[in-house]
Amino acid sequence: MKPKVAFFDFTGCEGCQLQKLNCENELLDILQHVEIVNFREATSVRRDDYDIAFVEGSISTPKDVNRIQEIRKNAKILVTLGACASTGGLNKLKNFQPLNEVREYVYGDKAGYFDTLPVMAVDEVVRVDYKIHGCPMDKKDFMNILKALVMGSKPYTPDFPVCVECKRKGNVCRYELGEICLGPITRAGCDARCPSNNVGCTGCRGLAENPNVKEATEVMEKYGLKRDDILRRYRLFYGYWQEVTR
Amino acid sequence: MSTTKDMSINVHHLTRVEGHGDIVVNIKDGVVEEAKFHVVESPRFFEAFVRGRHFTETAWITCRICGICSPGHQITSLKTTESALGIEITEQTRLLRELLIDGATLQSHILHVYFLVAPDLFGASSVIPLAETNPDVVKRALRLKNLANDICEIVNGNAVHGMRMVPGWVTKLPTVSELKSLRERMVEALKDLDATVETIKAVADKIPDFTRETEYISLRSKDDFAFYDGDIFSSDTGATPVDNYLEMTNEKVVRHSTAKHTHHSRSSYMVGALARCNNNEDRLNEAGQKAAKAFGFKAPVYNPYFNSVAQVIECAHVVQHGIETIDKLLGRGLKEEPKPNIKPKAGRGIGSTEVPRGILFHDYTYDDNGIVVDANCIIPTNQNFANIDDDMNEFVPKMLDMDWDKDKITLALEMLVRAYDPCISCSVHYLNVSFKD
Repeated sequence: MKPKVAFFDFTGCEGCQLQKLNCENELLDILQHVEIVNFREATSVRRDDYDIAFVEGSISTPKDVNRIQEIRKNAKILVTLGACASTGGLNKLKNFQPLNEVREYVYGDKAGYFDTLPVMAVDEVVRVDYKIHGCPMDKKDFMNILKALVMGSKPYTPDFPVCVECKRKGNVCRYELGEICLGPITRAGCDARCPSNNVGCTGCRGLAENPNVKEATEVMEKYGLKRDDILRRYRLFYGYWQEVTR
Repeated sequence: MSTTKDMSINVHHLTRVEGHGDIVVNIKDGVVEEAKFHVVESPRFFEAFVRGRHFTETAWITCRICGICSPGHQITSLKTTESALGIEITEQTRLLRELLIDGATLQSHILHVYFLVAPDLFGASSVIPLAETNPDVVKRALRLKNLANDICEIVNGNAVHGMRMVPGWVTKLPTVSELKSLRERMVEALKDLDATVETIKAVADKIPDFTRETEYISLRSKDDFAFYDGDIFSSDTGATPVDNYLEMTNEKVVRHSTAKHTHHSRSSYMVGALARCNNNEDRLNEAGQKAAKAFGFKAPVYNPYFNSVAQVIECAHVVQHGIETIDKLLGRGLKEEPKPNIKPKAGRGIGSTEVPRGILFHDYTYDDNGIVVDANCIIPTNQNFANIDDDMNEFVPKMLDMDWDKDKITLALEMLVRAYDPCISCSVHYLNVSFKD
């Protein structure tokens, strides 16, 4: 029997859903091996008898909390797609400002119309079985995890830092060019995509295992980079890790 | 007769649109008491959290308002920052950005026309059953989408949230062979787009016959079919500089939507492919004109459902434009350009670009250190919401007069909202500072 698969989206940009649809060469093959029973963005079919739920986006309203709890109840396996769902991602920037002020800034005296909560990653509300990292998630990571789940094996996620992949590609270190780069402490798997395009790592995959943040900060300072600028970069995607960013 | 009819329609979390919205219609004794599109997407507060960020980071953050519109937000953001800080860009940078817009427009329109709209026209729940019944159509859609993504990836480093476009510069250039191979595929794609026109034409009788004249707003330029740059143009009031965007948009908060609404010379206006084709039909290139002619599209067209047809016309236009842009890039020779040394300074910038769903505005104010102190983004989808409500209020009574049943009305309303190609994630991400006053 084909496993039944569902896709759900919460607070986010739907870029990860798009990355899935961007697997143009594999899409028709995927449909041979799974049955899609719920995918609001692509189909008007909606059923709740799914085995695997893929969840995109952060949890940021009381309604979101109820909905993700329902999904967890229905799903045998829950996988988060991309930074917003897996770590809270960029949405966590909101949590650095007082919630009422943020609401008023955006909606003025009508702020009270709309409920909002501090942004949470999915695993701050329910148990998550597997996470796909990155902003956006990489097509290849999605294909790997889907293949592993269909075959009944355990998906692999790298836990070493981006620097490993970047060195392997022979890139010039961004520090030598006087730029901030979070490669030493950020989880790999992107094949050092940003440094390979001459842009310092922004940390979108979140922290690697046992990151030595203190040392990384000191090294960047040694290269003449300012602590305030470094901290601001940490806050972009590490908002979920309070010790680093507050 | 319909005069005694009561009906209540509530489509919760409408499918095959980007983001979360509900259609709510209440009819009592044959009179429409309410017909609205409710936006229930979670608010995201981008303008609030871009405050305090450095000018090198603004585009990274705002492009993440939306995955589909990412390059549109990115380029609008860069133009805004460059205008605030007085940064000039080179011709090569501008050409690469225009090529990126071509790719992004094709990407978004193909996704919308084939994956979100076509299932309604073919009477299917999604593109998935179409893969079995019409495999050639689906394979063609995937081929076009794949090309569009490759354009974005080759120019911008990634199909979604690419990183090569930065203030005043492109961090890495595509190679000559990458551009040549894209060009070959784009020439082939023009044939796929001819076939697309035929496919949509064959099911065009499924497009509801509803017209309502409204105000159409887009960019317009004297040189070309304006995507990258131009003045704001209204079909009611003519051209005005982009700096006057607040007078054109008049955003307001409404209770049934986390996305703000806008209006200008009437209670609502329309932006997007149909507005562009209505305002700029005379600027379409040869491929665009050929597609328009094949559809019998002659501006002005007042049927909002024809937005999808206008998107197909634009697909042909941007592919030809992309081929010509590659020829210009290769003709002048790709050159590594030095990274500019940008000195931050205080100032305000306003930028506007035509993105797939319509005219987009960003407005930032920076302090002496290049840190954002104020930000405002007005998104195309927001600008369409009031127009969708007005369409519904005019169309639903007509449907009742024709004695349509609930299912038929619901489908027609779903198709109406889909025709606008709403990008609801985008639409809930702004704020207007003036509301505080």
